Amino acid sequence: MIELQAVGKTYGSTQAVDGVSLRIERGEFVVLIGPSGSGKSTLLKMINRLVEHDRGKILFKGEEIRSFRPEDIRRRMGYAIQSTGLFPHWSVARNIATVPELLGWRAARIAARVDELLTLLGLEPQAYRGRFPHQLSGGQQQRVGVARALAADPEALLMDEPFGALDPITRLTLQDELARIHRASGKTILLVTHDIDEALRLATRIVLLDRGRIVQAGTPAQLLAQPASELVSDFLGRSDLGLKLLGLHRVAERMQLGAPADVTAGAAIAATLSLRDALSIFVERQVDRLPVADAQDRVVGTLHFADLLARRP
Amino acid sequence: MAALAHTQGPPRPAWLHNRVLAVLLLGAMAAALGLAFLSVAPNRLVSGTGLRLGELLGAARLTHAAHAVKAVLGLPLLGLLLAVFLPSSRAVHAGVAVAAALLLAVTVWLAGAEAARDSGASSTLARVSLGGGFWAVTLLLWLMVADALQRLGLSPARRTLAHLAVLAPLAVLLGGGALDSLSLLKEYANRDDVFRVAALRHLHIVAATLLPALLIGVPLGVAAARSERVAAPLFAVLNVIQTVPSIALFALLIAPLGGLAAVLPGLGIRGIGLWPAVIALTLYALLPIVHGTASGLRQVPAAAVAAAVGMGMTARQVFRRVEVPLALPVLLSGLRVTTVQVIGLAVVAALIGAGGFGALVFQGLASSALDLVMLGVLPVVALAIVADAGLELLTAAFKGPQP
Repeated sequence: MIELQAVGKTYGSTQAVDGVSLRIERGEFVVLIGPSGSGKSTLLKMINRLVEHDRGKILFKGEEIRSFRPEDIRRRMGYAIQSTGLFPHWSVARNIATVPELLGWRAARIAARVDELLTLLGLEPQAYRGRFPHQLSGGQQQRVGVARALAADPEALLMDEPFGALDPITRLTLQDELARIHRASGKTILLVTHDIDEALRLATRIVLLDRGRIVQAGTPAQLLAQPASELVSDFLGRSDLGLKLLGLHRVAERMQLGAPADVTAGAAIAATLSLRDALSIFVERQVDRLPVADAQDRVVGTLHFADLLARRP
Repeated sequence: MAALAHTQGPPRPAWLHNRVLAVLLLGAMAAALGLAFLSVAPNRLVSGTGLRLGELLGAARLTHAAHAVKAVLGLPLLGLLLAVFLPSSRAVHAGVAVAAALLLAVTVWLAGAEAARDSGASSTLARVSLGGGFWAVTLLLWLMVADALQRLGLSPARRTLAHLAVLAPLAVLLGGGALDSLSLLKEYANRDDVFRVAALRHLHIVAATLLPALLIGVPLGVAAARSERVAAPLFAVLNVIQTVPSIALFALLIAPLGGLAAVLPGLGIRGIGLWPAVIALTLYALLPIVHGTASGLRQVPAAAVAAAVGMGMTARQVFRRVEVPLALPVLLSGLRVTTVQVIGLAVVAALIGAGGFGALVFQGLASSALDLVMLGVLPVVALAIVADAGLELLTAAFKGPQP
């Protein structure tokens, strides 16, 4: 879908991006992460030509991005930023309609799409369509920001620290929503963050950058299990590497079928819980096995403390 | 805690809830008792004898009109006095606004009625002019209305409409001929053709100033907002222009324009009259317009512009759909300042023969005819108030949904 070939960008005497090559396939959720000044945001902005690269090549669906008008390529990629950048003088509906309007969609089609997106992002269309950005909470504003980025059904979604300004709980909720939208729509998403937990939670592939170069790229599990360098381990957080690894897996992946033999284990935990949360419950309850319940609250299995370590084929 | 809070700030008696109203009321009463409300002269050449409001309403002059006024005046006046001691609430502020507006209308009507009686009683040459007491009382009443409307916390648009509603009865009195016996209006009746010419000329000067000021100022403001290298020298020059006294600037323009007129007689340019006036006023008007445009554009949220560009708007679309609408309220408030300033400054332009209401003012000053001066000044004030209110309403309309 998007291919970067030895791309570089120099500002004065500093190499903001230094020979980055990266292939992003359709449907991937790639998270660009790195310390500030690592060039992650510059890299993202080069893809929709908000920043022009001065070395290498960037291809979008096999075509050099320079062969398009910058406006055209931007309209084909959704774009969401940290401070949402909602237009304060436009209603929620008109904000979401921005790109469809630029593309000249008919009014009826735009209205239908706006309602569809509001519903997708958990905002009741009737109640929110006519509101203005200042009448929304920070989380609602960012929902509208994401809806706006998705409005014209773009081929790829570029997100520049979209949840950076939100409180932790709202951030978690929106991350879940975004993961859900990604699973449901199969959109190619490229997201910049400096929050490693966000990267681990969302990414199908993490690209860790430092001083304009790729330090390591791989699935969250690969990065956690085989950090390529000290810098990667530092960035992932040495002290709770194991916990982060557990956070990548769900109880359902490790549990054994059948209810536990004794009943001292207490209330059942959800199969969708992460192993990291399960570990916390083991320690809290001082037990070595936990009953697991499915979505209908039926006890369907048992998670043993040892299952946290076992790696199933 | 309460004691602590009390020690902070100046001591303030607990029973005195509205100090502003108290001061304005005391001032109005002092003016009513101490200053001449009307001045009666046998003809326009001799100075008149003053007549205070207290004397007008005093026992010696009790007419049926004054009786009626006394009855009508009493209630709102009592209400205003009471409001000083009432705890602040919307109902009290609304009551104060209504009472003061009522008193204002009655005061103006009384001046007209008494003038009619006095000039009717003596010869047709008699002049009854408005005295310092009248102006002080009406001004203080107007301030009471404005203060009460401010305290009501209305939206700018509603406040403006309320102000206009307060002025409406005065317009009715003026239009209905209730004030015709006042010397001011006699002066107007004598010169209504001159007045009409002056009014048209004044509006002409204002329009001929604002149009080029907008055409030049808005693009300059856009350039200043885009580049600090443009903004710094531009504002330096505009600020210097602003510090040149208007009379000096008018005078400075006479020579070069006169020279130009001599070289190119076909252009219709003249060294005195409209041309130097409009050019000087345009130069003054540039600063607030450029400033309003530039600061309007600068306060557009950077994130909104970044998002607009990132979603694929062209530079022109970003400007027209995002920057202009978001900058417009600030630009309009710059235009408001400019318009009021130009309406006032245009008076001075009469000195170089540009005409307008200033011509009446200077003619009056030269012949010590205060009524003639007032005939020039009052419409300028009225014009400024109306322009200010109109542009305020326009600004509010464009501000739309923003908090």
